[in-house]
Formats: sequence, C-alpha cells, structure tokens
Amino acid sequence: MFAYIIKRLLSAIPVLIIVSIAIFSIIHLTPGKPAATILGMEASQEEIDALNQEMGYNLPIYEQYWNWVSHAVRGDLGDSIFMRQTVGEAIAGHIGPTLSLALVAQIIAILMAIPFGIIAAYKRGSLADVTLSGIALAGMAVPSFMLGLILMLVVGVELRWLPNSGYQPLSSGLTEHLKYLILPGISLGMIQAALITRMTRSSMLEVLSLNFIKTARSKGLRETTVLLKHAFRNAFLPILTVIGQTFGTLITGAVVVETIFTIPGLGQLILNSIDRRDFPVIQGIVLVVTLIYVGLNLLVDLLYGIIDPRVRLDRK
Amino acid sequence: MAAINSEEINQLSKRLRQEQRSLLLRRVRSSYGLLIGGVLLLFIIALALLGPLLSPYNLTGMTVINRFLAPSGTHWLGTDEFGRDLLTRIIYGAQVSMGVGLAVALISSALGLVIGIYSAYYKALDHILMRICDGLIAIPGILLAIALMAALGASVWNVIIALTIVFTPGIARVVRSTALVVREQTYIEAMHAQGASDTRIIWRHIVPNTLSPLLVQATFVFAEAIISEAALSFLGAGVPVDVPSWGSILQAGKLVIYKAWWVAVFPGIMIILSVLSLNLLGDGLRDLLDPRVKQKVKRLWSRK
Repeated sequence: MFAYIIKRLLSAIPVLIIVSIAIFSIIHLTPGKPAATILGMEASQEEIDALNQEMGYNLPIYEQYWNWVSHAVRGDLGDSIFMRQTVGEAIAGHIGPTLSLALVAQIIAILMAIPFGIIAAYKRGSLADVTLSGIALAGMAVPSFMLGLILMLVVGVELRWLPNSGYQPLSSGLTEHLKYLILPGISLGMIQAALITRMTRSSMLEVLSLNFIKTARSKGLRETTVLLKHAFRNAFLPILTVIGQTFGTLITGAVVVETIFTIPGLGQLILNSIDRRDFPVIQGIVLVVTLIYVGLNLLVDLLYGIIDPRVRLDRK
Repeated sequence: MAAINSEEINQLSKRLRQEQRSLLLRRVRSSYGLLIGGVLLLFIIALALLGPLLSPYNLTGMTVINRFLAPSGTHWLGTDEFGRDLLTRIIYGAQVSMGVGLAVALISSALGLVIGIYSAYYKALDHILMRICDGLIAIPGILLAIALMAALGASVWNVIIALTIVFTPGIARVVRSTALVVREQTYIEAMHAQGASDTRIIWRHIVPNTLSPLLVQATFVFAEAIISEAALSFLGAGVPVDVPSWGSILQAGKLVIYKAWWVAVFPGIMIILSVLSLNLLGDGLRDLLDPRVKQKVKRLWSRK
C-alpha cells in the first residue's frame, strides 16, 4: 500500500512541472512585451521600465520561470499589479464563495441524482426510467449559465421564492448563506446530476443482476432493504469515484455561474483581472484551481486503492 | 484446390460490399439517436448557411423604435436593445458559433492525430508528448481558455486557438491508445518484415484504423467547443462584442433579461439544440462504428 501511495504521489510531479510551465508561459503569449501589454497604450517608457524592473520581465526567460516557480512552491504567488495585496491574499479573499458554491452544487446533484439513478435502474425500461434517462441526457446539453439565467428569471424574479442574485457569507447564518446559493447551486449541479444519475443507474444495474441480490430477496427481505442496504452499498464505489473526480469541474464551473448571480468568488476575481490585465492574479488563480483539481484526483485514486485492493495490484 | 477465376472474385466481392452496405444502412436506421442528432445538426448547419439569404433583415440594421419587440409575426424571435431582428442575429451567430466549434474540432483532431500517432509509434517521443498532454489536461479547460484569451486578446481566431490548445491533448490521448493496440497487430509486424518505411506503416496502415474513435471524439469536441465558446463570450472573454455568436448574444441578453427574456432564451436554446444533436450523433456514431461498444452499452443500460 505504502509503495502504491508513493508511486502515485511521484507520478503527479511531472504533471505539475508541465502545469507550471504552461501557466507561466501564458503571460508571454501576449502580443508585444508583457509590461507594455499590462500598462496599455498610454504608458510611458519610464513606467514600462519600472514595471519590467519590479516584475523581472527583463530577466532571461528561464530565470523568470525559476523565480516564479520557486516562490510558488513556497506559497508565494507574487503581488497583484493593480490591487494593493498579494495574489495569495486576493485568492484567499475570493475562494470561500467559490468552494461554498461548488459544495452546495455537489450536494444538490447527489441528492437529485442518486434517488433518480436508483429508481431508473430498479424500474428499468419503464416510463420513469425513460423519462429520467432522457432528462439526464438533455441535462448534459444545458450549459450552466443558460440554466442559471432561466432560474433567475423564473424563480428569482417571477416567483420571488429565492434571492435572484448576491451572496451572504457563512458568518451571517447558515440559512441566509444557503438561501443565496440554492439557485446558483442548481444551475451548476445540473450537469453533475446528469452524470451521477447515469453512473448510478448503470452501477445499480450491474449489482442488481448478481446472485447475492437473489439470495437477499429469497430470504424475504423487503425491497427497500435489498435496494438500499444490499445493492446500493455495493454499487456505491464507482459512483463515489465519479463524484470525487468531477468535484474539480464544479469548482471551475462555479467560476462561470458566479458571474450570473454576482457572487464575489474566484470567477469575479479572474474576470476583473482580465479587464485590468493583472496577469499575476490570473496565473495564480489558474494554478491554485489546478492544484485543487490534481489534488482531488490524487485523493480519489488513493482512496480507491484503499477501498478496493484490486486497484493497487492492477497498477503494479 | 479449384481455381477461381477473376470474374467470380469480382462478383463475390461485389456481393460482400452490397451486404456490408445494407448492414450499415440497417444499423443507421436502427439508431434513432444518430438519426435525430444528424437531422437536427443538418438543420442547424443549413440555417447557418442559408439563413442570411432568407432573412429580410440585415445583421446591423438598427431601428430605435423597434427596441425590445416581443416575438411576433414580423420579428419571429423579437428584437434586441438596438431594435435588431433577433432571428437574424442568431442565424449569423450560428455561423460564428458552429464555425468556431467545427474549426476547433477539425484542427484539434488533425493535431491530436499527429501527436497521438507519433507518440504511440516512437517510445522516446511518447514520454515527452504525453507528459505535456497530461499537464495540459490537468488544467481545467475553461480556466485555461480564459487565461489564454486574457493573453491573446478578444478575436474569433484567438478563441479557436485557445480552445484548440485545450482540446488537442484529449484527442491525442484517444488516438494514442487506439494506435498502441494497432501497432502490436501481426500485420504491422509483417509490414516491418517486408521492409516498409515507418512513414508508410504509420500513414497507410495505422492512421486509417484510428479514424473511427477519432471521429467520435471529434463530435464530442465539436459540442464542447460550442459550449466553451459560448461560456467565454458570455463571460466577455471570447469573441469581440460586435461579433454575433450565441454566447455574445446571450451575454447581451443577460443585461436586459428583466425587460426582454427572449434575447437570452433563444440563443440559449440554439446552444442546447446544437450540443444535444452533436451528443446524440457522437453516441450514435460510437455504437455504429464499434459494435462491441454497443453490446457493452446495451448490457450496462438495459440489463434484463
């Protein structure tokens, strides 16, 4: 087991090196020199020189990369060019709402998808199954920002059931916090729900055809007990994997959904930074989210290895 | 062994081809998803190509009196904040959105094919190219695209470049995994023994065998590129504001959604329809081109 963990951790290193090179290179894709691009057309040569000096843009490229990455490894992502704070502080100030939203979306997705998936599998071929599977297929084609706008219009403006935009931090109470996150959460969680429904359905179908289910039924157990205690527990592992592996996509998706509901998260920060050409912040956000993404995948892989010993043996 | 004359061989192979064709047709007909997806996609493409000829309105014709007209007989989908006909804008938007999607699918397929094939064939290249692909795949797609657009600046071509960078590694991986299997086949070994050059083996014998999974993957990339372009433009990091794409119309619609819901809803419906059609098409093609997958999917989805 220990060897498996080490091996898996080591395999992440080359990925992270490439990731860091890619993110570092972004600023050098700008047409013209970075400093001139950042400061815009009106900047004088003195201002450009000063920024070059400050950010080290006039150093050889490998030296710039080394400076950036060696600081990043120590948690120092540099300073924002336009905000009077470090990139780390800016991200720390905005990551809360994004993570909260992603988590709420995940919970909503799970609460919808698992019952739907179980019903679709149990009643396979029935009207309920066809309807639910159809909704799941369609759900994967609806972009989160489209769903968000429709929910905002119908539930927030017409029905006035929930606030149509804005954000309240957790410190103002859990109910208040959640009230603002339900509509964005549904918009974001829909595609996730579609994915988990499909996974739950197919995983349950596999398990339901096995002999131990027949045994459980012939013992005279109630159907709900057979379904939930016997079948679902055994079908849960692949579902858990999908949930874990796709949580990263929810964090990225949150970036888009936030802008519809004016939630002050990483999405708002990155868009403001694009307007201001604040490249250190843009690079910092991409790096941090990628690290969360890679970290989560690693965690899921490791957990999977612990739960299911066959995975460890397979990869030897 | 009785000699078979060339006439008989010709007839036999003709019959075989006919049978194969009718089998293929039967399978196309039996796959409703493929049919529905294909027809829907053709309709959207026809709309993008022929629509401008049919629409009585031009793209930029602004009439202030006609601001925010609700859908009606004269303006089927209503008008926007400048009094421009929304249907006309959506038709021109289809050219941009579908065009970006298609361009990204084609270019990333071509690049992914070359990268995937050469990685599978040359071990040394494999280590370098696949590590790069792994790294790029690890960065969440839409974030990478946003960051690239921030550096490149808003333009249709830059959206295509940014999304191509995002989607190529995934395609390269699919091609590589197929090509790895093909490379180990006996007939490739036979080609080596006959002294065929690497280029000939790769392009005449390995590439044709990787095309079906590539085609399926390209369909999904087409769909994802449409969503990504829309998301980028919706965030204001995609095509320039004056270029109509479904995403940029949707963004304008977001600002006026309380006054004129149609400006946001109709381009959104177009995005959903095009993505749905491509997903159906992709699923259908996968089943059609690989009968083994179909059986497997059937087992998973409708186990009796």
